[in-house]
Amino acid sequence: MTEKDYLKDISEIKDIMNRSTRFLSLSGISGILAGIYALIGGTIAYKLLTQQGRWTRGEAYTLTISSLAVILVVIAGTVAMLSVVSAYVLTKRKAVQNNEKMWTPVSRQLLVSFIIPLVTGGIFALLLMYRGDYALIAPTTLIFYGLALFNASKFTLSTVKYLGLLEVVLGLVSMLFLGNGLFFWMLGFGVLHIVYGALIYIKLDKKS
Amino acid sequence: MHNIIKNINKIFDHRVRLGIMSALMVNDFVDFNTLKELLNVTDGNLASHLKALEKMAYITVTKEFIGRKPNTKYNTTPAGTEAFKKHIVALEKIIKMQQ
Repeated sequence: MTEKDYLKDISEIKDIMNRSTRFLSLSGISGILAGIYALIGGTIAYKLLTQQGRWTRGEAYTLTISSLAVILVVIAGTVAMLSVVSAYVLTKRKAVQNNEKMWTPVSRQLLVSFIIPLVTGGIFALLLMYRGDYALIAPTTLIFYGLALFNASKFTLSTVKYLGLLEVVLGLVSMLFLGNGLFFWMLGFGVLHIVYGALIYIKLDKKS
Repeated sequence: MHNIIKNINKIFDHRVRLGIMSALMVNDFVDFNTLKELLNVTDGNLASHLKALEKMAYITVTKEFIGRKPNTKYNTTPAGTEAFKKHIVALEKIIKMQQ
């Protein structure tokens, strides 16, 4: 065996260790799209809230009109659903390109470790809404989403870990500025997603 | 130099066996089909290399049923882990010496 073969052995070991523990076909474009949906949804919500004169930015508010609350949940739900659908479609396409299977033990672990903190946070946010604690919803969703990303990052691109931490920090900071939830929400789910989606896109595009 | 060469494990001097060990080192268990996809080899080829590693007592085999489908999972034995680590250290040393 020559030196070249030994080097090849080492890189093969690294590659297989990576591929057998991480799902790497995450789509950067889907991150960018999710960010755009969030910004559009946030803008619509802001328009709705200010138009009706029930709320001015910076004021910790309690919504009394439940129909408006329902509309806001529908907007958030639509943003989330569109994001999930684009992520699924684009990730699947990328997995096919990369010759990686979509449904593997690793991608299952990725999904489970992501969904458990996420669903916990989602239910918690709905309960806050039920109790009328609207101001706490933005910090809660950002923190739980960040923890979900951090938890899932073990099974995918390690950069996802930093996105998770940033979301958590943003959520904690937003606790100090209650009443600006929408602003932080658009920053966390909109801007951060676009920046990270672009980063992943550039990083992986250069590689391939 | 002679010592290092001695630590190069002949058993791992093959792409498929090296791949199997790499995957098993970083996972609790890996099943047959996952290994097959990961290493891009045929059933027969994979099975024969798994047999070789099993014979050396470097890996253990667990057979179970998921529903009605049989599922065969593999993991490393402490001896296998030890041997593979030694092999990697030897590889790294040789590369460093030749550079």
